[in-house]
Amino acid sequence: MTYDTLPRPAKTTKNHATAPPPPKRRRRHWTKRANPLAGLGSVLWLAIVIIPVYAMLSASLTPQDRALTGNPLSPPTDPTPDNYNTVLNSGFGHLLSNTAIVAVAVVAIVLVLSIPLAYVTVRTRDRWSNAAFQLFLLGVAIPAQAVVVPLYLLIAQLDLYDTLLAVILPTAAFTMPVSVLVLVGTLRDVSEDLYEAMALDGASPLRTLFQLTIPLAKGGISTVVIYAALQAWNGFLFPLIFTQSDGPRVLTLGLFNYVSQFGVNIPALLASVVLSGIPIFAVYLVARRALVGGLMGVGGK
Amino acid sequence: MSTAATRRRTSDTRVGRPHVVWALPGVLFFAFFAVVPMALAFYLSFTTWDGLGDPRPVGLANWHRLLDDPRMTQSLWLTVLLTAASWAFQTVVALLLGVWAAGPQRNRAVLSAIFFVPLLLSSTAVALLFYALLDPNFGIVQKDILGSSSGAFLAIVFVGGWQFIPFHTLIYQGGARQIPQVLYQAAAIDGAGRYRQFFSITLPQLRNTVITSTVLIVVGSLTYFETVLILTKGGPGTDTAILPYLMYEAGFKSYDFGYASAIASFLVLAATGLSLLLVRLSGFGAMRSTREGM
Repeated sequence: MTYDTLPRPAKTTKNHATAPPPPKRRRRHWTKRANPLAGLGSVLWLAIVIIPVYAMLSASLTPQDRALTGNPLSPPTDPTPDNYNTVLNSGFGHLLSNTAIVAVAVVAIVLVLSIPLAYVTVRTRDRWSNAAFQLFLLGVAIPAQAVVVPLYLLIAQLDLYDTLLAVILPTAAFTMPVSVLVLVGTLRDVSEDLYEAMALDGASPLRTLFQLTIPLAKGGISTVVIYAALQAWNGFLFPLIFTQSDGPRVLTLGLFNYVSQFGVNIPALLASVVLSGIPIFAVYLVARRALVGGLMGVGGK
Repeated sequence: MSTAATRRRTSDTRVGRPHVVWALPGVLFFAFFAVVPMALAFYLSFTTWDGLGDPRPVGLANWHRLLDDPRMTQSLWLTVLLTAASWAFQTVVALLLGVWAAGPQRNRAVLSAIFFVPLLLSSTAVALLFYALLDPNFGIVQKDILGSSSGAFLAIVFVGGWQFIPFHTLIYQGGARQIPQVLYQAAAIDGAGRYRQFFSITLPQLRNTVITSTVLIVVGSLTYFETVLILTKGGPGTDTAILPYLMYEAGFKSYDFGYASAIASFLVLAATGLSLLLVRLSGFGAMRSTREGM
């Protein structure tokens, strides 16, 4: 019963944006004394997170000839942007734009296909819509690795091998199960009364979808956007197997290829890793709450 | 037939529900790129195919080979071990950090923001970062960790944790924030200390979050493919060749697509069975609002 009054994670962030105070009040009850053990543990984890990141940044600024002699933990004595120039001059922009295209396309496909599906699942509870939902519930467990061989065959038959579509279509399909689950979870919380009110006003299901369901499901939808974009951004297996030439190469595969291309040039390799993280880092700075809240929402139910 | 027709008419007239065909594009798309390939993988597992000519049926040969292959046995064991170790590592750390981050400490907001950083890098980028940092000539530890079999295994568990613990911490943080404060107040009045409160309130209340996080870790441990491919290439020897990697080698290195499909079919069966079990446990399949009681 109390749960009716509790905001779900995706909505919590929205509430925070409009009305920040609640956490303060909560502070008083939780625990009054400090918890030194937990504090120590969190500082330990901080070190585990920070040291590799620091070593990466520091090494990426170190001239290549000095990288193998110095300790990666010591600060770079005279930092140089050379490694970054090396990476930027080896087609990094092309990789970036390909990845952006894939991410936008995947998000669009997933939204267009998943929203009506979740809507039907929640609103039309007959045998068929239930079967559709069960299909996606099972789909969560299908590892992409398990179907790459037959997908390779399908992609070749469709004449899509070595194109961006060969990456986009399967990535979108494998992003759908979790997206549908998140959306169904969100839509189930839209009150039946609101639907009945819309119906009494004579609204068609389509109008109800656009004027009631989608606005009320914004939290779930933004979670799906973030999840799908990250899946597309991070995807490695499909690009590895379904593309081969420079044309449709995406960022993750480009990074992987830098290993052989730069070989022992570890500073350049690390510079490419840093560069690959910058776009998401920029998004993080701008939309921190949405990103954190969205990821919380993927599993926070 | 007539009853079905009446039922549909009544439900349509009642509140203008969308027709089931709205779901069709999504279902067809998913079926074509995920379900059909699964069936196809099963079919291919009964053939021999080098990727060029036509697949030739060979009956159960691939499956017999699968059962007799010592690499398969080793790989299966390794996959189970890796999943279990990753689960233990990630669950313990993420649970503690998440519950802590949901609390009142002044510096937790700053720390949580820093904890988030690994999530900004892709699996590939994380694997490359540690590939460089664990390099025996260049790295932080001037030792050939990836050259020893237990070192390589632990490195994969650690790198997976480094990358995914922040995400599971977020899940637990969200879960812990939803626990009603009255429970703690009541417990405090009854004289329960912090640790007692953790084990008697926090942990039981987070049951569903633990299950969600576990499903994601179990299914996600198969995505360690990238980490394995970049960090160890399945080595030293075959000591870190988890099932997806074995499948990749059989298919795209040896062009033995029939055998690769048998391994893939096995993966599908195992993953589906496991997730059915976990979904049953979590009750997520039940058609009800997530806000109804647990």
